[in-house]
Amino acid sequence: MTNRPAPDPAKCPTRGPSDVPFILGLSVIGSVYVLLIVAMLVADVSFTSPKHFWQALQSREIRYSIKLSLLSCSLTTIFSLWVAVPIGYLMSRHEFRGKTLLDAILDIPIVLPPLVIGLSLLILFQTPVGRAIQKVIPITYEIPSVILAQFSVACAFAVRTLRATFEQINPRQEQVALTLGCRRSQAFWWVVFPEAKHGLITAATLAWARSLGEFGPILIFSGATRMRTEVLPTSVFLELSVGNIEAAVAVSMLMVMAAVFVLVVIRIFGWERPLGRPF
Amino acid sequence: MISVENLAVRAGQFALSGISFSIPTGQCGSLMGKTGTGKTTILEALCGLKPVSNGRICLMGNDVTNLKPALRGIGYVPQDGALFPSLSVREHLAFALAIRRWDAAAIELRVQELATLLGLENLLDRGVGQLSGGEAQRTALGRALSNHPEVLCLDEPLSALDEDTRGEMCDVLKTVRERTGVTILYVTHSLEEARTLADQIFVLKDGRIYPDGPMKANPGSPGTRPAQES
Repeated sequence: MTNRPAPDPAKCPTRGPSDVPFILGLSVIGSVYVLLIVAMLVADVSFTSPKHFWQALQSREIRYSIKLSLLSCSLTTIFSLWVAVPIGYLMSRHEFRGKTLLDAILDIPIVLPPLVIGLSLLILFQTPVGRAIQKVIPITYEIPSVILAQFSVACAFAVRTLRATFEQINPRQEQVALTLGCRRSQAFWWVVFPEAKHGLITAATLAWARSLGEFGPILIFSGATRMRTEVLPTSVFLELSVGNIEAAVAVSMLMVMAAVFVLVVIRIFGWERPLGRPF
Repeated sequence: MISVENLAVRAGQFALSGISFSIPTGQCGSLMGKTGTGKTTILEALCGLKPVSNGRICLMGNDVTNLKPALRGIGYVPQDGALFPSLSVREHLAFALAIRRWDAAAIELRVQELATLLGLENLLDRGVGQLSGGEAQRTALGRALSNHPEVLCLDEPLSALDEDTRGEMCDVLKTVRERTGVTILYVTHSLEEARTLADQIFVLKDGRIYPDGPMKANPGSPGTRPAQES
């Protein structure tokens, strides 16, 4: 080993190059997107007024679309979690033949154009099996079609979120639970599920918000019939199509407020309670 | 007694076969070997967490080779403790008992017993995120012991602890052994730990077990030369 001379303190720079330009650069690039979002919201707010808002709320059709949106989005969220929890858990814990293919299939609703999803659903329910189902429960152009269209897309996002959540939970904890006397189901409910709390809330939020904004598949599969299959995005479309821009913007603002309200409420109150314990 | 006969286990590309060793009732056997030799795989097979492709595992005279982990009567402490983040120390000690639907008074009694044994009396209501390394491992040990297992499997439980805490934990483990009479399989790569705690050392090397004899009777025996310490 060679002896290196000690550095001369006088020649050592006391401060290296500043990190400020780097951080500033990132902030400027990032702020462009934030500004775009804020500018869009400000433009919407400045375009509408409390009077337009009130008028929109007075409309029987828009009140119906608010109710149907809230109902369908909530049901879609429940169904999405119901399906996404088992899929996410199985995909995160098991290796099997064809897993890559299944993974790709689960991502199809995310990458497919929304109109294609609507068209595919419409065609599916014209097949012999689809027609047989429709004899029992009318779906196409009825309220169930709204929920199914929302579910087809929203569930894919819930699955992706929950799979990532379960992958981050240490499988060793489940193994310890098994040695402590748990069955697999008990280890899941009492050890894994409480830990997946944040992922579940995120998946639910994402599914709800995604359903609220879903329009393409609903337009094709459910139609845009007032007082029947009209949800908030359909209202915006219908009001715009008759030139009533003020009402369209007022309904848009309703959607923005509903989305912000849900996001804030879930983030504030959603983190506190543990989900399940054996005690 | 822990008895492993001609065990074969496969974990992905990694495979072990022809593994045999036995630890008499109430004794502590240490399984040593370098990282990646398959110590944890053997321990997991013993706990029922890895499927066995051949051979036999007997615990206290019962063939448990194909039994589910829950039915083997084993307490398991993994290397990282694997505590449950949403539960307190008290809930960890009560977990196995709550699963078996013990009544609340019996659970509380057992929790207090374990807390006294392991020095956890003042930590019972703490979340596991607020525990030091030694406290977390004592909690994991208490959780494993709660249902009076006859066999305890410890997977390098001291490896992440500092020197002082390691000494404390060694004392705790000795006390646990004396008071409970549990049969222990102790996986480690530290010869010092093995010499301190084990009656018998088995060295796992190149997929084979080399019995090294009772350590306390012959602490400088050749099978555990310092080369095994790495």
